[in-house]
Amino acid sequence: MKIIILGAGQVGTSVAESLVSEANDITVVDNNAERLNILQERLDLRVVPGNAASPSVLDAAGAVDADLLIAVTQSDQTNLCACRVAKSLFNVPQRIARLRAADYQEYPELLDDKNFAVDYAICPEQIVTDYLRKLIEFPEALQVLEFTDGLVTMIAVTAFEGGPLAGKPLKTLPERLPNIDIRVAAIFRRDQAISPTGDTLIESGDEVFIIAATAHIREVMTELRRMDKPIRRVIIAGGGNIGLRLAKAIERSVGVKLIERDRARSERLAAELTHSLVLRGESTDEALLDSESVEETDMFLALTNDDEDNIMSASLAKQMGARRTLALINRKSYVDLVQSAGRIDIAISPAQTSIGKLLARVRRGDVAAVHSLRRGAAEALELVAHGDAKHCKVIGRSIDDIDLPAGASIAAIVRNTGQTRTEYKDMIGYEVPIHEVIMAHHDTVIRDGDHVIVFCTSKKLVGKVEKLFQVGWGYF
Amino acid sequence: MDALLPVANVLGRLLSVFSLAYLMPIVAAIHYNDGTTPDFVAAMVICLGAGLILYAVTRANYRELKPRDGFLLVSAVWALMAAIATIPLLLVYDNMSFTDAFFETMSGLTTTGSTIMTDLDHAPPAVNLWRHELNWLGGMGIIVLAVAVLPLLGVGGMQLYKAETPGPMKDAKLTARIADTAKALWLVYFLITLACIGLLKWAGLSWLDAICHAFAALGLGGFSTRDASVGAFDNPLVEFILIVFMIIAAMNFATHFVALRGRRLSAYWHDVEARGVIALIVSSCFGVALYVWLEGTYEDYLTALRHVSFNLVSMATDCGFASQDFDKWPVFAPLWMLFLSCITASSGSTGGGIKMIRTLILAKQANRELTRLVHPAVVNPVKVGGNPIPNSVVIAVLGFIFLYFMSVVMLTFLLILSGLDFMTALGAVVASINNAGPGLNKVGPATNYAILTDFQTWVCSFTMLLGRLEVLSLAVVFTPQFWRK
Repeated sequence: MKIIILGAGQVGTSVAESLVSEANDITVVDNNAERLNILQERLDLRVVPGNAASPSVLDAAGAVDADLLIAVTQSDQTNLCACRVAKSLFNVPQRIARLRAADYQEYPELLDDKNFAVDYAICPEQIVTDYLRKLIEFPEALQVLEFTDGLVTMIAVTAFEGGPLAGKPLKTLPERLPNIDIRVAAIFRRDQAISPTGDTLIESGDEVFIIAATAHIREVMTELRRMDKPIRRVIIAGGGNIGLRLAKAIERSVGVKLIERDRARSERLAAELTHSLVLRGESTDEALLDSESVEETDMFLALTNDDEDNIMSASLAKQMGARRTLALINRKSYVDLVQSAGRIDIAISPAQTSIGKLLARVRRGDVAAVHSLRRGAAEALELVAHGDAKHCKVIGRSIDDIDLPAGASIAAIVRNTGQTRTEYKDMIGYEVPIHEVIMAHHDTVIRDGDHVIVFCTSKKLVGKVEKLFQVGWGYF
Repeated sequence: MDALLPVANVLGRLLSVFSLAYLMPIVAAIHYNDGTTPDFVAAMVICLGAGLILYAVTRANYRELKPRDGFLLVSAVWALMAAIATIPLLLVYDNMSFTDAFFETMSGLTTTGSTIMTDLDHAPPAVNLWRHELNWLGGMGIIVLAVAVLPLLGVGGMQLYKAETPGPMKDAKLTARIADTAKALWLVYFLITLACIGLLKWAGLSWLDAICHAFAALGLGGFSTRDASVGAFDNPLVEFILIVFMIIAAMNFATHFVALRGRRLSAYWHDVEARGVIALIVSSCFGVALYVWLEGTYEDYLTALRHVSFNLVSMATDCGFASQDFDKWPVFAPLWMLFLSCITASSGSTGGGIKMIRTLILAKQANRELTRLVHPAVVNPVKVGGNPIPNSVVIAVLGFIFLYFMSVVMLTFLLILSGLDFMTALGAVVASINNAGPGLNKVGPATNYAILTDFQTWVCSFTMLLGRLEVLSLAVVFTPQFWRK
C-alpha cells in the first residue's frame, strides 16, 4: 500500500514506525528538512520537504497513485486543507486527518466529501486524555484497554510480593472470582512473554494481562489488587493540551491541582477550569510540591512536553510520598529505563497510545481495534470474522482447532445475539443490538460476525493473525 | 470652564423636551377637575420657556460633547430637572418651602421614594400622578444612564466587564448604537409597565392608583398615593403583583430585552446577576419570616411570610413601598433589609446601591485572597459567570466600594452632628444613597422625612443624587482636576 504521511512530529513518526515494518511504501512530508533527515536515516522510507497542504508538494510525494493520506501535522488547518487537495486533485481514496480543535468534530458535515473530505478524524490528545482517565478510574492498573465499543476490557497489573496473585498457580483465580468469567491473556516475566497454563505460578514482578467483560472489571480489580481507596486527589504537572483536557474531564469528581510554569498559559488555564486549583511554578520544585502536600496525593501525573522534566518530577513526587506516579514519555528508550528502575509507576508513550485507532484503519482485513501493549512490543487486536466454514480458516472451528501461530492467543469473543433492546428506540431511533461477551475456552466455536480479541505477544505475529482472518478468494 | 456653556446648550434642549412630561398631570387635572390645571399649565410654560431661553442663549457655544463633559451633564440634568419639577408643587401648596419641594422631586427622579408630604390620601390626583411620573421617568433615565452613558464614561460595573467577555454574555450587546439600545430598553420598560398597570387594575385598584403604583414599582421609586403606602389597600393580591414587578425591575433590563426578543427564559439563567438577586431575595424572605415569626411579631408563619416578603423585597430592590411598620420588627429584620438594599439590585436595573455585579466581584475577590494565603503559587482570576474579570476592573470596584462606604460614614456623621440620633441618621443615609426610601426610627416607614431640618433635608437630597450617579460620576465633578485644562 502506498501511504503519504504529512507531518514528522511525534504522531507522524510513530505512525511511520508502525507501518514501515509492514511492508508499505511510505512517504513523509514535513516542512522541517532536518527532522525528515533524521527519520530517513532510521527508517526505510521516502521524504519530501515542503508545505504539506500545497498541491505541488503532494504531487511530489506521489499523491497521484497513493492509497492513503494520513495528515497529522500540528495544524488543523493544514490537515483539513491537505485532505481537500488530495481528494480534489489526486483523488486519493482514503484520507485520515488529525484534528485537535473539538469545534470541527461538532459539525460532522464539515468533514464529508463535499467539504473537507476527511474520512476519519483522530485527536491524539483526546485519546491520551481518555486513556489517562481510565487509569485514574482503575488506579492500580498499568494499562486499561477497551474493545468492541467498551464491552470488553483488558487490564495489565503487576503482581507483587504478598499480593493476591504472586506465588499462586493461575487455576486458583476462578475459585476466587466464582461468578465472573475472566481470562489471563498473557504474562510477561522480565520482559519475556510466557504462555500461561493452569499450573503457571505467578511471580512477584510479573506483568499480568487479564481480560473480562467491562461490567465485571471493577470486581476483578478489587480482587486482584488491594484497591484500598479510590483516587481522590491528583496533581497534574503541565497544563498543555493534555493536562488541560484531563483536568477539565475529571475536575468535578476528583480534586485537581494543576502546575504550569508559563504565566500567560496558567492564566488561561485558570480562566477555563472551574474546580481545579491552578498553580504557577516548576513541577520539579521540591518546595512547591511540599507546600501542596504531594505526600497526600493519590496520583501524580507528569504531562509536560518535556520527557526529562516528566521523569524528574514524577520521580521526585514518588520519593516525596505520592501514592502513584505517571509520566508521559515520548522516547522509547526512556520508557523502559524508568519503568524497570521502578521510580515511576506508569510510563506512557503518548504517540503509541494514540495511534491504535489510526492503525486499525490502515490494516487490511476486518480489524476493528488495535492496541499496542508494552510500548509497542506486543499488540492486542480486535478482528471481525466473516464468511463461512468453507472459505474462512476460523469460522465454524473451535479455538483448539484454529491454527494460531505460537505466541498468539484468542482471549475473548463478542457475539451479536440477534436480539435487540427496544426500550431506547424512541430516543435514538433504532433498536440496540444485544451483544454477549464470551471468554475464550478451548471448545468455543467461532461464528460469522463475531468480534474476536487476539493477544499477540510479539508484533511479528500480527501479520499472520490477520491473514488467518481474511476471507478466502472464493467467498465473494 | 469651557465645558459649561455647551453642556448648558444640551440642558436647554432636554428641558424643552421635559416640558412634555407635564401633559400627563394636566390631563389628570382636567379629568378629575381637582383645580390644579392652571398650576400645571403654568409650570409647563415656565419649563418650556426656560429650556428655550437656555438653548437660544448658548446656541453659539454648541459643539459635540466630549466624553468628559458627560459627568457634568448627567449631574446637572438630575439637579436641574429636580429643580424645575418643583414648580407645580410650589404653586399648588402655598406653604411648601423650596427645600422640601426639591427633596420631594429629587426623591422622585432618583427613584428613592422618600417623601416629606403628608395627607397624600387627599392630595389632588394630578399632584400624585406628577410625583409618580417623576419616579417612572427617573427609572427610564437610569436605565439609559446605566447601559449607555456610564459605560462610555468608564463608570459602572456592568458593560465594563461584559465588553471583553465571550460566551452567553455577548447577548448583552443588544444593538450597535446607543440610541437604538435606549429605544429598545424603553420599549421593554414601557411594555412591562403596561402589564403592571393592567394587573393592578384587575386586582382591584382604581385607575389612578394602578397607574401610580405601577410607575413607582417599575422605577423602583416607591412613592405611594397613600400615607400608609401599599399597606392602605390591605390586599394580598396587590402585594403579590407588586413583589413580582419589583423583582422584574431589579433585574437588568437588557436581560429582559434578550428574553423577550428570543422568547426564551434561559436568558435569565445566563445572567449571573439575576441568579444572585433571586437566590438572595428568596432565602432572605423565608429566613427573616421565620425569625420574625419566632420572635412573636405575627401569630402564624404565613402572615409573617406575607408581610416580610413584601417589605423585604421592597427594601432589597430599593423600591420603598411599605405595608407594615417594619421598624417595629425585632431590630435584626430592618437592619438586614437595609443591608440588602445596599447589595441586591442588578446593574442596568432601576434599583440603586452597590449593585449585584459588584457584590459578586467583591465576594470572589475576598475568596481569592483567602485561597492565596493557603496556596501562595495559585493562579485564580476573579470569575463571574465563568468569565475572568480583568484585575483593573476588580481594582476599580474596590475603589468604588471605598468611596461608597466613606460617603455613608461621612454623611451619617454629618447628620449626627446636625442633631439626629444614630439609627435615624444611618437609616436616612443608607436609604437615600441606595435610593430605597424609608429608613429607620424617625424616618421609618410609619413616619416620613418631614421631621428633618432644612439642612438635613439638603444633605439627604445630595445623598440621593450621589447614590443615583454611582458616587463616582458626581464626585468627579467636585475634584479640582476635573475643572483644570
